[in-house]
Amino acid sequence: MIPLSHYLILGAVLFSIGVVGIFLNRKNLVILLMSIELLLLAVNINFVAFSHYLADIAGQVFVFFILTVAAAEISIGLAILIVLFRSRQTINVDQLDSLKG
Amino acid sequence: MTLQSLQTALALPEIFVAAMASAILILGLFINKDRNDIVCFWLSVFTLIATCVLIISDFATQTAFAFNGLFVDDPMGDLLKVAICLLSATIFIYSRQYNQDRNIFSNEYYVLGLFAVCGMMVMASANHLLTLYLGLELMSLCLYSMIAFFRDDKLAVEAAMKYFVLGALASSILLYGMSLLYGLTGALELAVISSVVSNLGKDNLALALAVVFIVVALAFKIGAVPFHMWIPDVYHGAPTSTTAFISAAPKIAAFALIMRLLVGGLEDLHVQWQQMLIILALLSVAVGNIIAIAQDNLKRMLAYSTISHMGFFLFGILSGSAAGYSASLFYILIYATMSCAAFGLILYLSTKDFESDQLNDLKGLSKRSPWTALLFLILMFSMAGVPPTAGFFAKLSVIQALIDANLAWVAVVAVVLAVIGAYYYLRIIKLIYFDAPQTIPEADAPIAVQSDSKIVLAINVIIIIAILPWIGTLITLCNRVIKQFVY
Amino acid sequence: MLTNYFPILLFILVGLALGTVAIGVGKVLAPNKPDAQKLSPYECGFEPFEDSRMKFDVRYYLVAILFIIFDLEIAFLFPWAIVLDEIGVFGFWAMMVFLGILVIGFIYEWKKGALEWE
Repeated sequence: MIPLSHYLILGAVLFSIGVVGIFLNRKNLVILLMSIELLLLAVNINFVAFSHYLADIAGQVFVFFILTVAAAEISIGLAILIVLFRSRQTINVDQLDSLKG
Repeated sequence: MTLQSLQTALALPEIFVAAMASAILILGLFINKDRNDIVCFWLSVFTLIATCVLIISDFATQTAFAFNGLFVDDPMGDLLKVAICLLSATIFIYSRQYNQDRNIFSNEYYVLGLFAVCGMMVMASANHLLTLYLGLELMSLCLYSMIAFFRDDKLAVEAAMKYFVLGALASSILLYGMSLLYGLTGALELAVISSVVSNLGKDNLALALAVVFIVVALAFKIGAVPFHMWIPDVYHGAPTSTTAFISAAPKIAAFALIMRLLVGGLEDLHVQWQQMLIILALLSVAVGNIIAIAQDNLKRMLAYSTISHMGFFLFGILSGSAAGYSASLFYILIYATMSCAAFGLILYLSTKDFESDQLNDLKGLSKRSPWTALLFLILMFSMAGVPPTAGFFAKLSVIQALIDANLAWVAVVAVVLAVIGAYYYLRIIKLIYFDAPQTIPEADAPIAVQSDSKIVLAINVIIIIAILPWIGTLITLCNRVIKQFVY
Repeated sequence: MLTNYFPILLFILVGLALGTVAIGVGKVLAPNKPDAQKLSPYECGFEPFEDSRMKFDVRYYLVAILFIIFDLEIAFLFPWAIVLDEIGVFGFWAMMVFLGILVIGFIYEWKKGALEWE
């Protein structure tokens, strides 16, 4: 049986990749959206692993809700991305700099 | 399982708001385009007022649980919900003219606003990590789309994208903290978490990690320095009607989130989160007040002022006593009222082609409109914390709580920074009363706003002074609901 | 415990080596005489009709966004369907309320014309 710590390490690694993806990515907003999705999935791995090892179903129910809310969140993100592209003709992160001060 | 065993009746206000929001959404599709705005507007305001009546008529005297412990009905939640509904209704009234002038999808503005209110009310009554998360997301998702209402405005869309990315990041961090908490305690219900945490002890390293994640996420959500970078951009970029909405009721929801999670769930780890909150709060007050001086956009200046007020609000929480929490509650109620009035005034002064969001636009306002100038004067004194306004008493109660918690040095720094902050509020008064008016043709256009908005705005501002006779009552009320919550 | 994974490691190594050798041998030994005709891209023997990296139609994104939401909300139906026997009439109506809320969203997007392609 795979010990709990392996799952937690996997979750932590995925979460870190997501955070790094958000902060280091200067090119493409779509990659940013993917990083956000990765963060949420990392959390899901944590929840499922804990739920299994605690033999408590509530954690898996939580995962269901995170998945569906993530879908709603990403579709709003995509919608904002599209209006952004329409108004600026680019989705480059570096060019999101008109608000400053 | 039946409806009775779930105690659905306790959640009646939330159910009512959600049902009305859905009904207004559908209704807006089927009525004539030109009457659409007005019908949806009045229905939304009616919904919020009716919700207030519903809550007050059944104001909780003790704690009761519903939905198998997912939902709690207690006096603190009810007080917060009344405030959320009233403030949102006020903002709706202010925004109507602005939205009409700019052809913002008015129907959707009110519907999204109502759903956001529903999310905030769920947060105020959450007793479970899941309800807390769902309420938070319902609110945030509505706010993201409300910011992007000006589809063709580059600033608004950029602000929406920034808020979306940082908001989603904050939610993920919060969830990660929650997952660790779940793993350590084996529970999602806040009361159970609280009791398990007290058994686990203060020195549990993994628990400390979970607390760090949760505090960082909360700091992101309320915009405490160093996690504040989205606040100025969002306040500046969003349409003023949306900025007004974001600046008032969601702050009260944030108070609910912090109270439920940190105090309701993790009070035994108070020593750990107090350290973090002290740093966050001091940095917020310092950075907010100092950078605000350099701004020439009114909305952006108010954004930095929000950051500093959030710092003050954290002072009450971090003092970790019932008196401190109730000082925080009082502070956030007063602050939300002031913020609501401030954006109400900007909305009031804006006309069809004129945003009125530059500081220079206020020059010589006292000659153009003495009444508005007077309202601005009262408001700025209150924000700066000059007696005898409500803002002064709010700051006083928070500082008092700090001193009682043996954190006198924090209190001293806070007072010094508040004095620095007073500068930029008083500068606005100077602009209004002592500077010559600018010659912008748009600014000279007569202010044409419906009379309901005028009356509400006046009441909103005057409350800040007129609260004086009843200030004791409000503070007692805050004390009472917090006592009920803490014990 | 890690010894259990040794066959997998071996498999990966052998796979990598085999792939490298096969491609490498082809590169080294095969005759290589490129000309313009050989290097030009083709599609079933014809010249390509358009750039393969074309942009998606914006309308496609709209449909995709709507799809994501409705697709994932359906995830709640699976556990519900499995335990429907145990949760009884109350569970049935609870799901109907949920679906009713989804239908409200659906009516909205339909009336707003989000489903029209033209």
